[in-house]
Amino acid sequence: MNACKTVKAVSDTVKGLWSLVVGLKVTGKNYVSPQLTIHYPRKTVDNIETYHGHIELVGKPKEPAVPRCICCMLCVTSCPSGCITVVKQKEPKEPARASADAPKEMLGEVGEKKAPPMAKPAKTPSRWKLNYNLCSLCGTCVEVCPVKSIRFSNDVYIAGYSQDDFVYDLLARLREQAGEGEGDR
Amino acid sequence: MLKLDERLQGDSYCRHFEQGPDSGTMIINMGPQHPSTHGVLRIICELEGEYIRRAEPVLGYIHRMHEKMGETKSWWQFLPNMGRTDYLHAMGWGHTYVLAVERLAEIEVPERAEYLRVIATELNRISSHLLWWGAYLLDLGAFTPIMYAFADREIILDLLQEPTGSRLTYCYHRFGGVKADVSEAFVQGVRDFIRYERERFPMYRDLVTENIILRKRVEGIGIIDKDMCRRYGATGPVCRGSGIDYDCRRDEPYSIYDRFDFRIPVEHGCDAMARYLVRMEEMEQSMRIIEQALDQLPGADGKHISKKAPKPNFKAPAGECYAATEGARGKIGIYVASDGSKTPYRIKLRAPGYCNLSLFAELATGTMLADAVSILGSLDLVIPEIDR
Repeated sequence: MNACKTVKAVSDTVKGLWSLVVGLKVTGKNYVSPQLTIHYPRKTVDNIETYHGHIELVGKPKEPAVPRCICCMLCVTSCPSGCITVVKQKEPKEPARASADAPKEMLGEVGEKKAPPMAKPAKTPSRWKLNYNLCSLCGTCVEVCPVKSIRFSNDVYIAGYSQDDFVYDLLARLREQAGEGEGDR
Repeated sequence: MLKLDERLQGDSYCRHFEQGPDSGTMIINMGPQHPSTHGVLRIICELEGEYIRRAEPVLGYIHRMHEKMGETKSWWQFLPNMGRTDYLHAMGWGHTYVLAVERLAEIEVPERAEYLRVIATELNRISSHLLWWGAYLLDLGAFTPIMYAFADREIILDLLQEPTGSRLTYCYHRFGGVKADVSEAFVQGVRDFIRYERERFPMYRDLVTENIILRKRVEGIGIIDKDMCRRYGATGPVCRGSGIDYDCRRDEPYSIYDRFDFRIPVEHGCDAMARYLVRMEEMEQSMRIIEQALDQLPGADGKHISKKAPKPNFKAPAGECYAATEGARGKIGIYVASDGSKTPYRIKLRAPGYCNLSLFAELATGTMLADAVSILGSLDLVIPEIDR
């Protein structure tokens, strides 16, 4: 009986020690295999196309510096975090000139029925701000926008010193993008 | 009236956690900021030497009022909250919430969306278990495994980034479907991942599961019997590690889980090792579900979201409904009550971690302090989920 115990103890010890050797083998194998990590500042990851960063505005096809936004405020009201601020441009007091470039969505039914078929002045935002501090990136604004004026940017490498650095003026951003060249996301 | 020096000792929790009649004990705080507590959980322990005489978890350090937020936000606006309750298994919570609302409002979900939900949820379960695996071993003093686990988990995060756009706090589920469809590249990527992961598991077994140092720290530690599981309402791998064969995916079928052939791993060891083995096997079973879902995906009807899917101004009809799903940590239950207005009347979130943690006070009594860390890790707690 005692001998049985001793044999078991010895075999357990040997098995236990062997398990450590097996573990070391795995570690050694991994040690010589190629590195998986990336040396960040010198190299960057290549999968940021699908990453959804903060939202940004989409310009009109012909005027890339002007957003497609029609100030319907759907994004503002449906946002869970209340991080979007849109201010509509005030309509001029004088009879509005018919703007040729107003997209079809902007023509309300009332405007069409009026005797002189005059298009309403284009609704454009004068201020479009995103407080990225609050955003939870759910994508609701992107989904509800009737004119597809919002999309996700791929900005991954953002940093700032204060909260104010993450309050973005997206109109200015759009103008900047349009100035730099179209399609540059 | 307390004496001045007594008032200076600790906070009200400590003072109410009175020292026992023996003078040889010491009261020690584990947490709130402790590497082995995964978040901000605090445990007050009364130690007698190296043994725990009593232990009491203190919760609420990251309580964010998710249930109350449900009453102030609209139905749709509550969706992103689900990714923040349990940040490691966000998909499971999102799935439960949309399931509850869909049952309440009788919203049809296209078949394809159901498959996408299952694939995303199961992938998320694997990533959650991988992180648990790494973090648990980190608690036990093994640093390397978390690096292997993160390398694998990174692949899942990259894959899920394509349809969801995010890497951790997913907000993928929508009422009546999911946010976006998946591409062929995603499907191929998931298949490649499964093949790769199957090759990795034997390595994990060699490196960790068979390792004598791990076995000594988990075998026979934290024994939870069936009766104790039932008393505390423990679910998930904790109850399956104690021999209770219960899994919502099979026993209360929801979504399309009845179409897949998978096994519910059950271990009868009742100790930390049993819970460890259950989770390791669950990853394999999740991969089987994903494989079958990917095979059936092309034949599924409909698109990723129903045409009649509610918009953000959606109001659920008056009534109440409960939905439960199997999360990575156990049974996630969400009870919604509506009075027909813009916002829910009440949302009750049942977090599995809360019940699993409540075991701890009884379980830790009489164990050594180092074993308490092992027990805590084996329960797989995610504190944001417990506090909600």
